[in-house]
Amino acid sequence: MTDAGYDEWLDAVGDGEGYYLECPNGHGSLPPRRVCPHCGSTELDHADLPATGTIETFTICYVGGPDFTDEEPYATAIADFGGVRLTGVVRGLDPEDVTVGMPVEAAVGTNRTTDEDLLILRAR
Amino acid sequence: MTGVRVAGVGLTHFGRHPERTGRDLFGEAALAAREESGVPPEDIESINYGNFMGSLAERQGHQAPLMAEMAGLQCPATRYEEACASAGVAVREAVRTVRSGEADVMLAGGCERMTNLSTADVTEGLATAADELYEIRAGMTFPGAYALMERAYFEAFGGSREDLAHVAVKNHDNALPNEYAQFHRAITVDEVLGAPMVSDPVGLLDACPVTDGASALVLVSDEYAEEHDLDAPVSITGSGQGGDNLALHDREHLAVTPATERAAAEAYDDAGCSADDVDVVEVHDCFTIAEVLAVEGLGFYENGDGVGAARRGETTATGELPVNLSGGLKAKGHPVGATGGSQIAEMTRLLRGDHPNSDYVEDATLGVTHNAGGTVASAVVHVLEVDR
Repeated sequence: MTDAGYDEWLDAVGDGEGYYLECPNGHGSLPPRRVCPHCGSTELDHADLPATGTIETFTICYVGGPDFTDEEPYATAIADFGGVRLTGVVRGLDPEDVTVGMPVEAAVGTNRTTDEDLLILRAR
Repeated sequence: MTGVRVAGVGLTHFGRHPERTGRDLFGEAALAAREESGVPPEDIESINYGNFMGSLAERQGHQAPLMAEMAGLQCPATRYEEACASAGVAVREAVRTVRSGEADVMLAGGCERMTNLSTADVTEGLATAADELYEIRAGMTFPGAYALMERAYFEAFGGSREDLAHVAVKNHDNALPNEYAQFHRAITVDEVLGAPMVSDPVGLLDACPVTDGASALVLVSDEYAEEHDLDAPVSITGSGQGGDNLALHDREHLAVTPATERAAAEAYDDAGCSADDVDVVEVHDCFTIAEVLAVEGLGFYENGDGVGAARRGETTATGELPVNLSGGLKAKGHPVGATGGSQIAEMTRLLRGDHPNSDYVEDATLGVTHNAGGTVASAVVHVLEVDR
Protein backbone atom coordinates (compact mmCIF):
# COMPACT_ATOMS: atom_id res chain seq x y z
CA MET A 1 0.00 0.00 0.00
CA THR A 2 1.17 3.48 -0.85
CA ASP A 3 0.34 6.33 1.50
CA ALA A 4 1.37 9.53 -0.23
CA GLY A 5 2.68 12.08 2.22
CA TYR A 6 3.42 9.54 4.92
CA ASP A 7 5.73 7.34 2.85
CA GLU A 8 7.91 10.29 1.78
CA TRP A 9 8.03 11.48 5.38
CA LEU A 10 9.13 8.08 6.65
CA ASP A 11 11.76 7.81 3.90
CA ALA A 12 13.09 11.24 4.89
CA VAL A 13 13.37 10.16 8.54
CA GLY A 14 15.23 7.05 7.35
CA ASP A 15 17.64 9.23 5.35
CA GLY A 16 18.37 11.36 8.41
CA GLU A 17 16.45 14.26 6.86
CA GLY A 18 13.34 14.07 9.01
CA TYR A 19 10.91 16.97 9.04
CA TYR A 20 7.57 17.99 10.41
CA LEU A 21 4.97 20.51 9.37
CA GLU A 22 5.02 23.89 11.07
CA CYS A 23 2.50 26.72 10.90
CA PRO A 24 3.33 30.44 11.39
CA ASN A 25 2.21 30.11 15.02
CA GLY A 26 4.88 27.52 15.67
CA HIS A 27 2.58 24.51 15.97
CA GLY A 28 4.03 21.24 14.75
CA SER A 29 2.19 18.36 13.09
CA LEU A 30 2.77 15.40 10.79
CA PRO A 31 1.87 14.84 7.13
CA PRO A 32 -0.27 14.43 5.10
CA ARG A 33 -2.14 17.49 6.28
CA ARG A 34 -3.47 20.72 4.78
CA VAL A 35 -4.51 22.49 7.96
CA CYS A 36 -2.73 22.95 11.29
CA PRO A 37 -4.65 20.80 13.83
CA HIS A 38 -3.98 23.32 16.58
CA CYS A 39 -4.97 26.66 15.01
CA GLY A 40 -6.38 26.03 11.54
CA SER A 41 -3.62 27.80 9.64
CA THR A 42 -3.21 26.53 6.09
CA GLU A 43 0.35 27.82 5.82
CA LEU A 44 2.30 24.69 6.61
CA ASP A 45 6.03 24.56 5.87
CA HIS A 46 8.59 21.85 6.45
CA ALA A 47 10.72 22.31 9.55
CA ASP A 48 13.72 20.13 10.38
CA LEU A 49 13.01 17.38 12.88
CA PRO A 50 15.44 17.87 15.78
CA ALA A 51 18.00 15.09 16.07
CA THR A 52 17.04 14.23 19.62
CA GLY A 53 13.74 13.85 21.38
CA THR A 54 12.83 12.96 24.95
CA ILE A 55 10.53 10.14 26.00
CA GLU A 56 7.45 11.67 27.60
CA THR A 57 5.54 8.46 28.27
CA PHE A 58 5.83 4.81 27.27
CA THR A 59 4.24 1.42 27.65
CA ILE A 60 5.68 -2.06 27.54
CA CYS A 61 3.26 -4.03 25.42
CA TYR A 62 3.01 -7.76 26.17
CA VAL A 63 -0.04 -8.40 23.97
CA GLY A 64 0.22 -6.75 20.58
CA GLY A 65 -1.84 -7.04 17.46
CA PRO A 66 -1.13 -9.54 14.65
CA ASP A 67 1.46 -7.17 13.14
CA PHE A 68 3.61 -7.25 16.28
CA THR A 69 3.62 -10.87 17.40
CA ASP A 70 7.35 -11.23 16.72
CA GLU A 71 8.14 -8.04 18.63
CA GLU A 72 6.53 -8.81 22.02
CA PRO A 73 7.28 -7.56 24.51
CA TYR A 74 8.06 -4.18 23.04
CA ALA A 75 8.04 -0.60 24.23
CA THR A 76 5.95 2.00 22.41
CA ALA A 77 6.72 5.56 23.47
CA ILE A 78 5.66 9.12 22.77
CA ALA A 79 8.74 11.31 22.46
CA ASP A 80 8.79 15.09 22.48
CA PHE A 81 10.98 16.55 19.71
CA GLY A 82 10.25 20.16 20.58
CA GLY A 83 8.01 21.28 17.75
CA VAL A 84 6.30 17.93 17.41
CA ARG A 85 5.84 14.63 19.21
CA LEU A 86 6.34 11.20 17.64
CA THR A 87 4.96 7.81 18.63
CA GLY A 88 7.28 4.92 17.88
CA VAL A 89 8.65 1.56 18.92
CA VAL A 90 11.71 1.95 21.13
CA ARG A 91 14.72 -0.04 19.96
CA GLY A 92 18.31 -0.28 21.10
CA LEU A 93 17.67 -1.44 24.64
CA ASP A 94 15.57 -3.86 26.62
CA PRO A 95 11.94 -2.62 26.89
CA GLU A 96 12.16 -2.93 30.67
CA ASP A 97 14.99 -0.38 30.70
CA VAL A 98 13.05 2.40 28.99
CA THR A 99 12.49 5.44 31.21
CA VAL A 100 10.65 8.74 31.00
CA GLY A 101 13.09 11.51 30.10
CA MET A 102 15.36 9.20 28.10
CA PRO A 103 16.83 10.80 24.95
CA VAL A 104 15.99 9.10 21.65
CA GLU A 105 16.46 9.71 17.95
CA ALA A 106 13.91 8.98 15.25
CA ALA A 107 14.93 6.36 12.70
CA VAL A 108 13.45 3.76 10.42
CA GLY A 109 13.69 0.07 11.21
CA THR A 110 11.89 -3.04 10.07
CA ASN A 111 8.75 -4.50 11.60
CA ARG A 112 9.89 -8.00 12.66
CA THR A 113 6.52 -9.53 11.83
CA THR A 114 5.56 -7.84 8.56
CA ASP A 115 8.98 -6.73 7.24
CA GLU A 116 7.45 -3.30 6.58
CA ASP A 117 9.30 -0.09 7.40
CA LEU A 118 8.70 1.02 10.97
CA LEU A 119 9.28 4.33 12.72
CA ILE A 120 11.52 3.62 15.66
CA LEU A 121 12.80 5.67 18.54
CA ARG A 122 16.40 4.60 19.09
CA ALA A 123 17.93 5.08 22.50
CA ARG A 124 20.94 7.38 22.25
CA MET B 1 -38.40 22.63 22.24
CA THR B 2 -39.90 19.41 23.55
CA GLY B 3 -38.37 17.35 26.34
CA VAL B 4 -37.24 13.79 25.68
CA ARG B 5 -38.23 10.86 27.86
CA VAL B 6 -36.89 7.34 28.14
CA ALA B 7 -40.00 5.23 27.60
CA GLY B 8 -38.27 1.86 27.67
CA VAL B 9 -34.84 0.26 27.97
CA GLY B 10 -33.60 -3.10 26.75
CA LEU B 11 -30.33 -4.90 27.40
CA THR B 12 -28.91 -8.30 26.65
CA HIS B 13 -26.67 -9.98 29.16
CA PHE B 14 -23.17 -8.58 28.69
CA GLY B 15 -20.63 -11.36 28.48
CA ARG B 16 -19.13 -14.07 26.35
CA HIS B 17 -21.65 -15.22 23.78
CA PRO B 18 -19.36 -16.13 20.88
CA GLU B 19 -22.02 -18.18 19.14
CA ARG B 20 -24.61 -15.41 19.04
CA THR B 21 -24.87 -13.14 16.00
CA GLY B 22 -24.96 -9.37 16.34
CA ARG B 23 -28.37 -9.33 14.74
CA ASP B 24 -29.73 -11.68 17.39
CA LEU B 25 -28.20 -9.67 20.22
CA PHE B 26 -29.66 -6.38 18.99
CA GLY B 27 -33.00 -7.98 18.25
CA GLU B 28 -33.25 -9.13 21.85
CA ALA B 29 -32.40 -5.70 23.28
CA ALA B 30 -34.68 -3.84 20.87
CA LEU B 31 -37.67 -6.08 21.57
CA ALA B 32 -37.10 -5.73 25.31
CA ALA B 33 -37.05 -1.94 25.00
CA ARG B 34 -40.14 -1.97 22.83
CA GLU B 35 -42.00 -4.19 25.26
CA GLU B 36 -41.07 -2.12 28.30
CA SER B 37 -42.13 1.11 26.56
CA GLY B 38 -45.51 -0.17 25.44
CA VAL B 39 -45.09 1.89 22.26
CA PRO B 40 -46.64 0.24 19.17
CA PRO B 41 -44.09 -0.55 16.47
CA GLU B 42 -45.71 1.66 13.84
CA ASP B 43 -45.11 4.72 16.04
CA ILE B 44 -41.32 4.26 16.01
CA GLU B 45 -40.14 6.60 13.29
CA SER B 46 -36.48 5.69 12.91
CA ILE B 47 -33.56 3.83 14.45
CA ASN B 48 -30.15 5.20 15.41
CA TYR B 49 -27.81 2.25 15.76
CA GLY B 50 -24.26 2.25 17.14
CA ASN B 51 -21.67 -0.28 16.04
CA PHE B 52 -17.89 -0.10 15.74
CA MET B 53 -16.24 -3.18 14.31
CA GLY B 54 -19.00 -5.29 12.80
CA SER B 55 -17.33 -5.15 9.41
CA LEU B 56 -14.35 -6.95 10.95
CA ALA B 57 -16.08 -9.19 13.47
CA GLU B 58 -18.92 -10.43 11.30
CA ARG B 59 -17.95 -9.15 7.85
CA GLN B 60 -21.24 -7.31 8.01
CA GLY B 61 -21.43 -3.75 6.82
CA HIS B 62 -24.71 -1.91 6.23
CA GLN B 63 -25.99 -3.11 9.57
CA ALA B 64 -28.68 -0.55 10.35
CA PRO B 65 -31.46 -1.81 8.05
CA LEU B 66 -30.68 -5.35 9.17
CA MET B 67 -31.14 -4.28 12.77
CA ALA B 68 -34.44 -2.56 11.98
CA GLU B 69 -35.58 -5.86 10.50
CA MET B 70 -34.44 -7.73 13.62
CA ALA B 71 -36.31 -5.21 15.79
CA GLY B 72 -39.47 -5.82 13.77
CA LEU B 73 -39.58 -2.26 12.53
CA GLN B 74 -40.18 -0.96 9.05
CA CYS B 75 -38.55 2.42 9.42
CA PRO B 76 -35.35 4.13 8.32
CA ALA B 77 -32.25 3.13 10.25
CA THR B 78 -28.80 4.69 10.37
CA ARG B 79 -25.57 3.36 11.80
CA TYR B 80 -23.43 5.69 13.91
CA GLU B 81 -19.73 4.96 14.40
CA GLU B 82 -17.53 6.83 16.83
CA ALA B 83 -15.47 3.88 18.13
CA CYS B 84 -16.45 3.12 21.75
CA ALA B 85 -18.77 6.16 21.76
CA SER B 86 -20.87 4.87 18.85
CA ALA B 87 -24.07 4.31 20.84
CA GLY B 88 -23.53 7.55 22.74
CA VAL B 89 -23.70 9.54 19.53
CA ALA B 90 -26.58 7.38 18.25
CA VAL B 91 -28.60 8.31 21.35
CA ARG B 92 -27.53 11.94 21.20
CA GLU B 93 -28.69 12.28 17.60
CA ALA B 94 -32.00 10.62 18.52
CA VAL B 95 -32.45 13.15 21.34
CA ARG B 96 -31.76 15.98 18.90
CA THR B 97 -34.20 14.55 16.36
CA VAL B 98 -37.03 14.34 18.91
CA ARG B 99 -36.25 17.81 20.25
CA SER B 100 -36.34 19.27 16.76
CA GLY B 101 -39.87 17.99 16.27
CA GLU B 102 -38.82 15.78 13.35
CA ALA B 103 -39.90 12.66 15.25
CA ASP B 104 -41.92 11.84 18.36
CA VAL B 105 -40.53 8.34 18.86
CA MET B 106 -37.06 6.98 18.14
CA LEU B 107 -35.28 3.74 18.93
CA ALA B 108 -31.58 4.17 19.72
CA GLY B 109 -28.86 1.85 20.96
CA GLY B 110 -26.13 -0.35 19.64
CA CYS B 111 -24.47 -3.71 19.50
CA GLU B 112 -21.07 -5.34 19.33
CA ARG B 113 -20.06 -8.92 18.76
CA MET B 114 -16.46 -9.46 19.83
CA THR B 115 -15.70 -12.77 21.53
CA ASN B 116 -16.00 -14.76 18.31
CA LEU B 117 -12.63 -13.24 17.38
CA SER B 118 -9.20 -14.29 18.64
CA THR B 119 -7.44 -12.02 21.14
CA ALA B 120 -5.06 -10.86 18.41
CA ASP B 121 -7.91 -10.02 16.06
CA VAL B 122 -9.87 -8.17 18.78
CA THR B 123 -6.69 -6.26 19.62
CA GLU B 124 -6.27 -5.30 15.99
CA GLY B 125 -9.92 -4.37 15.62
CA LEU B 126 -9.99 -2.14 18.70
CA ALA B 127 -6.72 -0.51 17.71
CA THR B 128 -8.38 0.88 14.58
CA ALA B 129 -9.86 3.58 16.82
CA ALA B 130 -6.34 5.06 16.89
CA ASP B 131 -4.41 6.86 14.13
CA GLU B 132 -3.48 4.18 11.60
CA LEU B 133 -0.40 5.87 10.13
CA TYR B 134 1.20 7.19 13.29
CA GLU B 135 -0.11 5.08 16.18
CA ILE B 136 -1.22 1.65 15.00
CA ARG B 137 1.93 1.26 12.91
CA ALA B 138 3.92 2.10 16.05
CA GLY B 139 2.40 -0.88 17.83
CA MET B 140 -0.19 1.05 19.78
CA THR B 141 -3.01 -1.12 21.08
CA PHE B 142 -6.11 0.01 22.95
CA PRO B 143 -4.65 -0.99 26.36
CA GLY B 144 -1.32 0.44 25.21
CA ALA B 145 -2.87 3.83 24.46
CA TYR B 146 -4.35 4.07 27.96
CA ALA B 147 -1.07 2.83 29.41
CA LEU B 148 0.63 5.80 27.74
CA MET B 149 -1.97 8.12 29.29
CA GLU B 150 -1.68 6.42 32.68
CA ARG B 151 2.09 6.84 32.88
CA ALA B 152 1.76 10.44 31.68
CA TYR B 153 -0.82 11.00 34.44
CA PHE B 154 1.47 9.59 37.12
CA GLU B 155 4.32 11.77 35.82
CA ALA B 156 2.20 14.92 35.79
CA PHE B 157 0.02 14.50 38.85
CA GLY B 158 1.24 11.53 40.91
CA GLY B 159 -0.92 8.62 41.98
CA SER B 160 -0.19 4.93 41.80
CA ARG B 161 -1.35 1.64 40.35
CA GLU B 162 -2.67 0.86 43.82
CA ASP B 163 -4.95 3.91 43.68
CA LEU B 164 -6.29 2.65 40.37
CA ALA B 165 -6.75 -0.88 41.70
CA HIS B 166 -9.42 0.54 44.01
CA VAL B 167 -11.39 1.61 40.92
CA ALA B 168 -11.39 -1.99 39.68
CA VAL B 169 -12.34 -3.37 43.09
CA LYS B 170 -15.20 -0.86 43.41
CA ASN B 171 -16.63 -1.59 39.97
CA HIS B 172 -16.47 -5.35 40.45
CA ASP B 173 -18.34 -4.89 43.75
CA ASN B 174 -20.97 -2.79 42.01
CA ALA B 175 -21.50 -5.44 39.31
CA LEU B 176 -22.22 -8.22 41.80
CA PRO B 177 -26.03 -7.79 41.86
CA ASN B 178 -26.36 -6.59 38.25
CA GLU B 179 -28.06 -9.36 36.27
CA TYR B 180 -26.68 -7.99 32.99
CA ALA B 181 -23.03 -7.85 34.11
CA GLN B 182 -20.24 -9.99 32.68
CA PHE B 183 -18.46 -10.43 36.02
CA HIS B 184 -20.10 -11.44 39.27
CA ARG B 185 -16.85 -11.77 41.13
CA ALA B 186 -15.43 -9.56 43.84
CA ILE B 187 -11.71 -8.88 43.50
CA THR B 188 -9.05 -7.46 45.81
CA VAL B 189 -6.44 -4.75 45.39
CA ASP B 190 -3.73 -7.41 45.66
CA GLU B 191 -5.32 -9.43 42.85
CA VAL B 192 -5.38 -6.35 40.61
CA LEU B 193 -1.76 -5.52 41.35
CA GLY B 194 -0.68 -9.14 40.88
CA ALA B 195 -2.50 -9.73 37.59
CA PRO B 196 -0.42 -10.20 34.45
CA MET B 197 0.58 -7.04 32.59
CA VAL B 198 -1.20 -6.41 29.30
CA SER B 199 0.59 -3.20 28.46
CA ASP B 200 2.59 -1.85 31.39
CA PRO B 201 1.33 -0.11 33.55
CA VAL B 202 -2.11 -1.47 32.53
CA GLY B 203 -2.63 -4.94 33.98
CA LEU B 204 -5.28 -7.48 33.06
CA LEU B 205 -7.57 -6.46 35.94
CA ASP B 206 -7.19 -2.76 35.08
CA ALA B 207 -8.82 -3.50 31.73
CA CYS B 208 -12.43 -4.02 30.71
CA PRO B 209 -13.15 -7.48 29.31
CA VAL B 210 -13.98 -8.37 25.72
CA THR B 211 -17.76 -8.53 25.60
CA ASP B 212 -20.73 -9.35 23.40
CA GLY B 213 -23.94 -7.44 23.98
CA ALA B 214 -26.55 -4.97 22.85
CA SER B 215 -28.55 -2.06 24.23
CA ALA B 216 -31.69 -0.27 23.10
CA LEU B 217 -33.80 2.66 24.27
CA VAL B 218 -37.19 3.91 23.17
CA LEU B 219 -37.10 7.71 23.34
CA VAL B 220 -40.26 9.78 23.10
CA SER B 221 -41.27 13.43 23.24
CA ASP B 222 -42.96 14.81 26.37
CA GLU B 223 -46.12 15.28 24.34
CA TYR B 224 -46.16 11.69 23.11
CA ALA B 225 -45.60 10.37 26.64
CA GLU B 226 -48.45 12.48 27.96
CA GLU B 227 -50.89 11.67 25.14
CA HIS B 228 -50.27 7.94 25.51
CA ASP B 229 -50.12 8.00 29.29
CA LEU B 230 -46.69 6.34 29.31
CA ASP B 231 -44.91 5.50 32.55
CA ALA B 232 -41.66 7.30 31.69
CA PRO B 233 -40.38 9.25 34.71
CA VAL B 234 -36.82 9.69 33.41
CA SER B 235 -35.95 12.48 30.95
CA ILE B 236 -32.76 13.21 29.05
CA THR B 237 -32.41 16.90 29.86
CA GLY B 238 -28.89 17.56 28.64
CA SER B 239 -26.69 16.35 25.80
CA GLY B 240 -23.18 17.36 24.77
CA GLN B 241 -20.42 16.11 22.53
CA GLY B 242 -16.75 17.03 22.36
CA GLY B 243 -13.92 16.19 20.02
CA ASP B 244 -10.14 16.24 19.99
CA ASN B 245 -7.22 15.44 17.71
CA LEU B 246 -7.23 11.70 17.00
CA ALA B 247 -3.62 10.88 17.83
CA LEU B 248 -2.58 11.15 21.44
CA HIS B 249 0.70 12.84 20.50
CA ASP B 250 -1.24 15.69 18.86
CA ARG B 251 -2.93 16.65 22.17
CA GLU B 252 -1.66 19.49 24.29
CA HIS B 253 -1.61 17.30 27.43
CA LEU B 254 -1.38 13.50 27.44
CA ALA B 255 -3.33 13.02 30.70
CA VAL B 256 -6.19 15.50 30.33
CA THR B 257 -9.29 14.93 28.19
CA PRO B 258 -10.70 18.21 26.86
CA ALA B 259 -13.25 16.37 24.71
CA THR B 260 -14.92 15.28 27.94
CA GLU B 261 -14.69 18.80 29.36
CA ARG B 262 -16.34 20.23 26.23
CA ALA B 263 -19.08 17.58 26.16
CA ALA B 264 -19.81 18.11 29.86
CA ALA B 265 -19.92 21.90 29.55
CA GLU B 266 -22.43 21.62 26.72
CA ALA B 267 -24.57 18.99 28.47
CA TYR B 268 -24.64 20.83 31.81
CA ASP B 269 -25.53 24.09 30.09
CA ASP B 270 -28.24 22.30 28.12
CA ALA B 271 -29.76 20.87 31.31
CA GLY B 272 -29.24 24.05 33.32
CA CYS B 273 -27.15 22.26 35.93
CA SER B 274 -23.55 22.12 37.12
CA ALA B 275 -21.21 19.36 38.24
CA ASP B 276 -22.26 20.13 41.83
CA ASP B 277 -25.84 19.06 41.07
CA VAL B 278 -24.91 15.54 39.98
CA ASP B 279 -26.00 12.71 42.29
CA VAL B 280 -24.80 9.62 40.41
CA VAL B 281 -22.58 8.94 37.39
CA GLU B 282 -21.84 6.25 34.82
CA VAL B 283 -18.46 6.93 33.18
CA HIS B 284 -16.42 5.31 30.45
CA ASP B 285 -13.99 3.18 32.49
CA CYS B 286 -12.56 1.02 29.72
CA PHE B 287 -9.42 1.03 31.90
CA THR B 288 -9.10 2.09 35.52
CA ILE B 289 -7.20 5.25 34.53
CA ALA B 290 -10.08 6.14 32.18
CA GLU B 291 -12.46 6.49 35.13
CA VAL B 292 -10.04 8.94 36.72
CA LEU B 293 -9.70 10.99 33.53
CA ALA B 294 -13.51 11.00 33.25
CA VAL B 295 -14.34 12.19 36.77
CA GLU B 296 -11.79 14.97 36.33
CA GLY B 297 -13.02 15.94 32.85
CA LEU B 298 -16.63 15.98 34.09
CA GLY B 299 -15.66 18.54 36.72
CA PHE B 300 -16.06 16.46 39.87
CA TYR B 301 -12.35 16.64 40.66
CA GLU B 302 -9.44 18.90 39.78
CA ASN B 303 -6.80 17.33 37.54
CA GLY B 304 -4.70 15.10 39.74
CA ASP B 305 -7.28 14.70 42.52
CA GLY B 306 -9.46 12.05 40.89
CA VAL B 307 -6.95 9.23 41.12
CA GLY B 308 -7.56 8.71 44.84
CA ALA B 309 -11.37 9.08 44.73
CA ALA B 310 -12.21 5.37 44.83
CA ARG B 311 -9.53 4.65 47.42
CA ARG B 312 -10.92 7.40 49.66
CA GLY B 313 -14.40 5.88 49.29
CA GLU B 314 -15.89 8.98 47.66
CA THR B 315 -17.02 7.19 44.48
CA THR B 316 -18.03 3.84 45.97
CA ALA B 317 -21.68 2.79 46.24
CA THR B 318 -21.92 4.36 49.70
CA GLY B 319 -19.76 7.39 48.82
CA GLU B 320 -21.01 10.90 48.20
CA LEU B 321 -20.85 10.49 44.41
CA PRO B 322 -21.33 6.85 43.37
CA VAL B 323 -19.53 6.19 40.07
CA ASN B 324 -20.41 3.20 37.89
CA LEU B 325 -23.05 1.54 40.07
CA SER B 326 -23.73 -0.74 37.07
CA GLY B 327 -20.22 -2.15 37.38
CA GLY B 328 -19.03 0.09 34.57
CA LEU B 329 -17.28 -1.11 31.44
CA LYS B 330 -14.73 -2.68 33.76
CA ALA B 331 -17.04 -5.26 35.33
CA LYS B 332 -20.37 -5.00 33.54
CA GLY B 333 -18.49 -5.39 30.26
CA HIS B 334 -17.83 -3.34 27.15
CA PRO B 335 -19.47 -4.45 23.92
CA VAL B 336 -18.04 -1.38 22.26
CA GLY B 337 -20.90 -0.23 20.05
CA ALA B 338 -23.53 -0.94 22.72
CA THR B 339 -21.92 0.77 25.69
CA GLY B 340 -23.26 4.31 25.31
CA GLY B 341 -26.84 3.02 25.20
CA SER B 342 -26.23 0.64 28.08
CA GLN B 343 -25.01 3.47 30.29
CA ILE B 344 -28.27 5.38 29.72
CA ALA B 345 -30.32 2.23 30.27
CA GLU B 346 -28.52 1.60 33.57
CA MET B 347 -28.87 5.22 34.68
CA THR B 348 -32.58 5.12 33.82
CA ARG B 349 -32.99 2.01 35.97
CA LEU B 350 -30.99 3.57 38.80
CA LEU B 351 -33.12 6.73 38.83
CA ARG B 352 -36.44 4.90 38.40
CA GLY B 353 -35.62 2.74 41.38
CA ASP B 354 -35.70 -0.65 39.65
CA HIS B 355 -31.94 -1.25 39.44
CA PRO B 356 -30.48 -3.71 41.96
CA ASN B 357 -28.26 -0.83 43.17
CA SER B 358 -31.01 1.82 43.24
CA ASP B 359 -31.13 1.75 47.04
CA TYR B 360 -27.75 3.50 47.13
CA VAL B 361 -29.22 6.49 45.30
CA GLU B 362 -32.85 6.52 46.42
CA ASP B 363 -32.94 10.32 46.73
CA ALA B 364 -31.00 10.97 43.52
CA THR B 365 -32.70 13.22 41.00
CA LEU B 366 -29.91 13.90 38.50
CA GLY B 367 -27.51 11.47 36.87
CA VAL B 368 -24.82 11.85 34.22
CA THR B 369 -23.50 9.38 31.65
CA HIS B 370 -20.14 9.71 29.90
CA ASN B 371 -19.20 7.71 26.81
CA ALA B 372 -15.78 8.09 25.16
CA GLY B 373 -14.26 7.00 21.86
CA GLY B 374 -10.63 5.94 21.43
CA THR B 375 -8.32 7.88 23.71
CA VAL B 376 -11.19 10.36 24.18
CA ALA B 377 -10.95 11.95 20.75
CA SER B 378 -14.75 11.69 21.03
CA ALA B 379 -16.84 12.15 24.14
CA VAL B 380 -20.59 12.22 24.67
CA VAL B 381 -22.21 13.32 27.93
CA HIS B 382 -25.89 13.08 28.83
CA VAL B 383 -27.80 14.43 31.81
CA LEU B 384 -30.78 12.39 33.02
CA GLU B 385 -33.37 13.60 35.51
CA VAL B 386 -36.23 11.76 37.19
CA ASP B 387 -39.64 13.07 38.23
CA ARG B 388 -39.84 12.72 42.01
